[in-house]
Amino acid sequence: MNNSIKILYFAWLRERTGTSEEDFLLPDNITTVGDLIAHLRTRSPAIDAAFASPLVRAAVNQDFANAATPVAPGDEVAFFPPVTGG
Amino acid sequence: MAVRVTAENFDVGAENAALLAACPHAGALASFLGVVRSTPENPITALVLEHYPAMTQRALERLEERAKTRWSLLGCTIIHRHGRLLPGDNIVLVLAAAAHRAQALDATAFLIDWLKTKAPFWKKEIFASGEAAWVAARDADEEAAARW
Repeated sequence: MNNSIKILYFAWLRERTGTSEEDFLLPDNITTVGDLIAHLRTRSPAIDAAFASPLVRAAVNQDFANAATPVAPGDEVAFFPPVTGG
Repeated sequence: MAVRVTAENFDVGAENAALLAACPHAGALASFLGVVRSTPENPITALVLEHYPAMTQRALERLEERAKTRWSLLGCTIIHRHGRLLPGDNIVLVLAAAAHRAQALDATAFLIDWLKTKAPFWKKEIFASGEAAWVAARDADEEAAARW
């Protein structure tokens, strides 16, 4: 059983974390987007600073999500700033 | 295809003609064209558009469905470019075809207002100095989207 998720980073989240995409083995104690952010922030001061911004948005499986949105193995989770297309 | 996310340029006249050909009973076609803006106060040399491919297409198709239902559209076209664009280049085209003008105009405004707040694109401005800055989201865009 594969317990990993895919995490994607876009725009300045990608630049500040130095990562565009990673496979992440999901520990049992991470069940929501908020849990995942809290874990990622422990990785480095730069990543902590990036996620400290109130502008960080998330999507789970290509739908907009929030801190309470559940995360499960096989999901695709994306982090990005507010969108600015058009 | 009614929704297209592409690095390629598009021809507004050809897109208008294609939509009208697909909607022979339309009485109105409204359009919005967004282009790369560079001004003397804020001159840029390029605009780089990043997006989230797996999410973008779905987000735009959802917008299209919503507009079609709400305004009884006969058809619509949404084209958004990504990649490196130059001042004056086309960025986005929204077309809505309907029986009458009010439906077409309102649907077009709705589509571009919602696209700006719901489709996962991010703009980065490149300046002559070589510096670059991500464009910040504007509160006015959220307010424009909220009126629908």
